[in-house]
Amino acid sequence: MIGAAARLRSRGVLGLNERNAEFIMRLNPRRFYPRVDDKVKTKQLSLEAGMAVPDLYGVIRNQGEVRGFESIVESRESFVIKPAQGSGGDGIVVITGRGKRRRDAFRAASGLLVTTEEIEHHLSNIVGGQYSLSGNRDTAIIEYCVRFDPVFADVSYQGVPDVRVIVYRGYPAMAMVRLPTRASDGKANLHQGAVGAGVDMRTGRTLTGVCQNLVVDEHPDTGALIAGLGIPAWDVILESSARGYEVTGLGYLGVDMVIDRDRGPLILEMNARPGLSIQIANGTGLKTRLAVIDRLYDPAATPEERARMAREAFPSD
Amino acid sequence: MGDRYVYILALVLAATGLAVFAYQWRVIGFPLTVDQEDPVWTIEARIAFEGGPGSIKVNLNVPTLTPGFRMLNENHVSRGFGFSLNYGTGGRQAQWAIRRGEGPQTIYYRISVYEDPTARQADTTPPFPPVPVITEPYRTAVDIVVADVREHSADTPSFTSELLRRLNDRSPDPNVELLLSEAASDADFVEVATTILAAARIPARMVRGFPLAGRQRSAQPVPWLEVHDGDTWRYFDPSTGVESLPERFLVWWRGNEPLVNVEGGNRVEVDFAVQENYVGAVAIAQTQRAQVGSPFPDMSLYSLPIRTQAVYGVLLMIPIGALIMVVMRNIVGIDAFGTFMPVLIALAFRETQLLYGVVLFTLLVALGLTIRFLLEKLRLLLVPRLTAVLIVVVLLMMVISLLSDRMNVESGISVALFPMVILAMTIERMSVVWEERGPGDALRAAAGSLVVAVFAYLAMGQPWLEHLIFTFPELLLVVLALVLVIGRYTGYRLLELGRFKAMTEAS
Repeated sequence: MIGAAARLRSRGVLGLNERNAEFIMRLNPRRFYPRVDDKVKTKQLSLEAGMAVPDLYGVIRNQGEVRGFESIVESRESFVIKPAQGSGGDGIVVITGRGKRRRDAFRAASGLLVTTEEIEHHLSNIVGGQYSLSGNRDTAIIEYCVRFDPVFADVSYQGVPDVRVIVYRGYPAMAMVRLPTRASDGKANLHQGAVGAGVDMRTGRTLTGVCQNLVVDEHPDTGALIAGLGIPAWDVILESSARGYEVTGLGYLGVDMVIDRDRGPLILEMNARPGLSIQIANGTGLKTRLAVIDRLYDPAATPEERARMAREAFPSD
Repeated sequence: MGDRYVYILALVLAATGLAVFAYQWRVIGFPLTVDQEDPVWTIEARIAFEGGPGSIKVNLNVPTLTPGFRMLNENHVSRGFGFSLNYGTGGRQAQWAIRRGEGPQTIYYRISVYEDPTARQADTTPPFPPVPVITEPYRTAVDIVVADVREHSADTPSFTSELLRRLNDRSPDPNVELLLSEAASDADFVEVATTILAAARIPARMVRGFPLAGRQRSAQPVPWLEVHDGDTWRYFDPSTGVESLPERFLVWWRGNEPLVNVEGGNRVEVDFAVQENYVGAVAIAQTQRAQVGSPFPDMSLYSLPIRTQAVYGVLLMIPIGALIMVVMRNIVGIDAFGTFMPVLIALAFRETQLLYGVVLFTLLVALGLTIRFLLEKLRLLLVPRLTAVLIVVVLLMMVISLLSDRMNVESGISVALFPMVILAMTIERMSVVWEERGPGDALRAAAGSLVVAVFAYLAMGQPWLEHLIFTFPELLLVVLALVLVIGRYTGYRLLELGRFKAMTEAS
């Protein structure tokens, strides 16, 4: 047991206790949390900083506004419903189209038809705070449904694959692509069973994947090889995520982006407590990389410079 | 850098705690373990009444002659009352008096006794009682009963036994029935018996006292019958007629007078609390403290009212449970619902015992979860749905209590003390996790909560630990220091070693 701990330490693996005590508590002031915990606010701040985000169709702030749902989506064929303060992808519903005969029925990403009534119940739950971190009242967001870039089509089972970048003091430190599986119900969340694939920081190509803490080479549902896929607009992704530091003020940050077929990388959300499985996906400990960043840290560097420095500092081994 | 301050602070706390502990232990002499000497029983009477607006006088009968017991000490607490001890017909009487008093008043009287079989405490031989003045038709009834019983007995003890047997007969003869027609309580019953015995010129009186056993939050005085056979006093069980005394029976007062008499007050309530303390050594230590002239103020919890002591006995163990939880969370890495929920569940286990507690908890959560999923179909809003779950949990508890009572399983009844709001929240959280992250995660977190709760319960239930913390509360500073140190623990959690297994195997 002690031997295992020593091996992990020698590989620079970051544990939960250390992440919380040394990085989150030290670098993420609590007063900045609302900037990432409330997705409406994140969206606003990102837009002001000139970053691309999925279009906001409308928000539902209270029970009374739930009835306005139909008018918000009247002219839309596809959209996504999210709790503004949700965590871990809980409470997200992706609607990809409408019923052939009935316009008041919607097709979910899973292929199932859901009625307006069911969606409205879900909206009530969101507004009531069922998915919010604190259990307080929440806001439901209805936004543009990303049509994801075909590069990940073979390694995704429904849902939207996204790119997670860990940004440390403004420098991108590590990245992974999160691929939905049948087990994760189309959600790109590792603890729900999605596959995480490490990314070579220099080239933006995927490495092997991790699923349920085990290393995998193939997508469990489609069987396609995970490694070697080139992420489009990789430099934009690194730059946008580096800019996430200026937007949020958080020194230890997870930036989640999706790559839209037409609009390129869009910021989906940011996370003040990003998970640690990214280390398994990359086969590398975070602490080593954070130490490198501490060494080359330059307070005057612009986001572009920081992104470039990160690309140079972390070659694939 | 932050680390150093934490460690220094932890060190200071731990050193302070241990120093005070060492002082209390070595110098003052508080015992480390529950010592197995004779137990000391502390009985506390609490008199509460609505006083005023004029002068108030409170008379309380207190123990005088206590066969089988010796008094260690006695004291009383009252606000602004003058106190005196007098001898009345039934023994000692404590009197509190005040010129002017208004509003709710509370007076405490406390006595500590220990068992001593050699304490015979012989009472004086009483004169033959005068023939009581009894009106008709009772007089005739008494005469008939006395004559009848005398015929069927040889001496005083057999007379008493025979009389009590008749009084307790399920189908009494009409005379007995008449005499007992106005006896509403056990005390009235014994009073009737003493009257009949007086008519037969046998000295008899009612005694009331407490069979001492364990810790009782509210004890009721039990009436008993004392009869003098011309030589010694003998005790009879009024409900069977057998000559006996309950085990560890502390005689509180004798005679027919009421326990307490309050002049100038109304709505009088008296209740008793009994506590078994192995404080022989503690009591000695407290006396010692006075002699040594301890520089510390008397912070011992033993100086609190017994009722409060019982509460603190539980309260002081909560930090121990919380410490267990901190270890399980941050060093082992077990997932659980809520921050302190496992500790609260562990507290609930104290009432139900472990096995029943675990079974009931699992049963209630499983049933509640089923109903929660049924409610899901109704599409209720969050707060009404939570409330619905809460109501269902209360009903489930009621049903389980009734069922277990029907099946004579006693532990089921105490399930009512299970914190139901916590149960309802658990069910709700679990169902959300269940839907969003699948049954695996939900069951894992539920099992985690249960495991932590069981460990916390086991730690909190250690009698030696309970005694140690209660006698030396300063040890909680050491617990605090430990928690601070764990708060700066940045090593891996035990379960993380498994999670990152792939990282240790690669390369």
